[in-house]
Amino acid sequence: MSIAVELHDVTKTYPAPNAVTALERATLALRTGETVAITGPSGSGKSTMLNLLGTLERPTSGEVRLAGVRASSLSDGELSGLRAWHIGFVFQQFFLLDHLSVLDNVAHGLLYRGLGARDRRSAAAAALTRVGLAQRLTHRPQELSGGERQRVAIARALVGHPTLLLADEPTGNLDSTTGADIVALLAGLGDDRTTIVVITHDAGVAAAMDRHIHLRDGRIVGDDLKAA
Amino acid sequence: MTRNPTTPAGRRSRVRLADALGVGAAGLRARRMRSTLSAFGIAISISALVAVLGIADSSKADLLAQLGAEGNLLTVAAGQTFDGSPTPLPATAESMIRQIPPVLMATAVGTVPGATVRRSAAVPALDTGGISVLAAEPSLPSGLGITMLHGHFLDAIGDRYPETVLGFAAARNLGIDVLTPSTQVYLDGMYVAVVGIMAPAAVAPELDTAALVSFPVADTLLHLDGRATRIYVRVDPDNVAAVAAVLPFTASPAQPEAVEVRRPSDILVARIAAKTAFVGLFLALGAIGLLVGGVGIANIMVISVLERRGEIGLRRALGARARHIAVQFFIESALLSTAGGLLGVGLGVLATAIVARVTGTPATMPVEVPVGGFAAAMAVGALAGLYPAIRAARLAPADALRTP
Repeated sequence: MSIAVELHDVTKTYPAPNAVTALERATLALRTGETVAITGPSGSGKSTMLNLLGTLERPTSGEVRLAGVRASSLSDGELSGLRAWHIGFVFQQFFLLDHLSVLDNVAHGLLYRGLGARDRRSAAAAALTRVGLAQRLTHRPQELSGGERQRVAIARALVGHPTLLLADEPTGNLDSTTGADIVALLAGLGDDRTTIVVITHDAGVAAAMDRHIHLRDGRIVGDDLKAA
Repeated sequence: MTRNPTTPAGRRSRVRLADALGVGAAGLRARRMRSTLSAFGIAISISALVAVLGIADSSKADLLAQLGAEGNLLTVAAGQTFDGSPTPLPATAESMIRQIPPVLMATAVGTVPGATVRRSAAVPALDTGGISVLAAEPSLPSGLGITMLHGHFLDAIGDRYPETVLGFAAARNLGIDVLTPSTQVYLDGMYVAVVGIMAPAAVAPELDTAALVSFPVADTLLHLDGRATRIYVRVDPDNVAAVAAVLPFTASPAQPEAVEVRRPSDILVARIAAKTAFVGLFLALGAIGLLVGGVGIANIMVISVLERRGEIGLRRALGARARHIAVQFFIESALLSTAGGLLGVGLGVLATAIVARVTGTPATMPVEVPVGGFAAAMAVGALAGLYPAIRAARLAPADALRTP
């Protein structure tokens, strides 16, 4: 399998007044199609790692490579292009737009690729079908349950068939049963094209993934591959 | 810094114009009440500006129309005596003036000295109400373009029997607003039938406060001796100045320096100038209102940026460039001001039409006014949206996503 994304000796230090090194000399290579759980206590650098992998933040030093591209040398516009075409995000707070239908929320995942509305909606309908929400296309997010909302957010992240899907505590706002459904869905989405990275506190989520990376105090202290 | 040569070619982040507009409009629809009120703030200012300019223009058009109609009117008078009453012109003045080729028409009035008009003999003699008694020729209303509000002007009967026509203000002062066959006033010691009331005369305000009788009646009953004190002269519009120059010598060859020649339309010019001065004041007030409306939009947009940090972070995560975020908020501001501008122009035009109809002036609206009003709204919206748009674009994606 080829490498989808890699961190090479990456350090992220936030400036004063809250000067802190959130991630220190992290080196990591995630293979295409892998499902990865990143765990660790609060403040261990999980979210910083996700932001760096997703090019939402730039490293203080070191290098991030995504889809063969050295992200640290790209302009803001080029990084945006990278996110539009290669990365999908799922957030704990869902971040759905209440004034849009479920279908249009998912279609928004392709908005910044410059596709026409018809193509976006057609892809969105397919993605919603994939997450089991084919019957909810015209609903508004506020009419859905928490689990359904997270499925919509997952569909939005998947709609462009990204190289990398990053999920930040996707079960954090859900009850355990619904959370288990979401984990099962995410684990089942892995294919030979999309690498799935999930940040979680939940050991159950970590167990469902192919690989388990553990962080503590900004350092990678564990990197385990599940036995095939 | 060297650029990474492996940057995926053609895989840039971009958004279609129609989608950018759609996203902006959807953002406003999501906050319908707030958007409506913001647009309404702009609309009120723009409608005030458009209405002020429109109403002023309509009123000015009316005055200009009068000016066009009255610009060739001259008056000839012979000054005043020590007690303020008009001096009579020479008896030959009117016939001589008619001899000047560019003179189209001349009609005279003669002030009857000391004559008073009261509602009845019971009203004290000193209570004259400022009404003067003038002898007039039958050609006066047609010559000056004065219409009759009630009744008719002095005719052949008026030459033989004492009857009077009242000016607009004189009739109001005497409390006469309806004419019946028995309507009379007490004119210089006798009861005289009122046969007509004139509409206001913009260029001859002295007629508004007068009771008019015919020259024969004024001569026989009021001892005027046929002497005119003022002659109204209509002149070929191309020769007004030339005629004005020779009028003193023609009217009174013996004492030309005692003759006053005036152009009554100068009053209208002064009124236009006065209205223009007020328009400037109202425009300044309207501009302040527009500024306040713009600050309102800027305020709403800044609040919107603060409230929508999560959405901004999401859009950056979905691939929006900083410039896409700026354009989105800028479009929202521009749409608000566009809606406000359109509504304001509509309301302003409507107000102008209503006022013109109520006041009886012609409704005019120079095309620059609605176009300028709309452009002003757009400019204010653009300025108001600039700062919030830049602020939204500068939000770091990861910071925006940390929204609680």
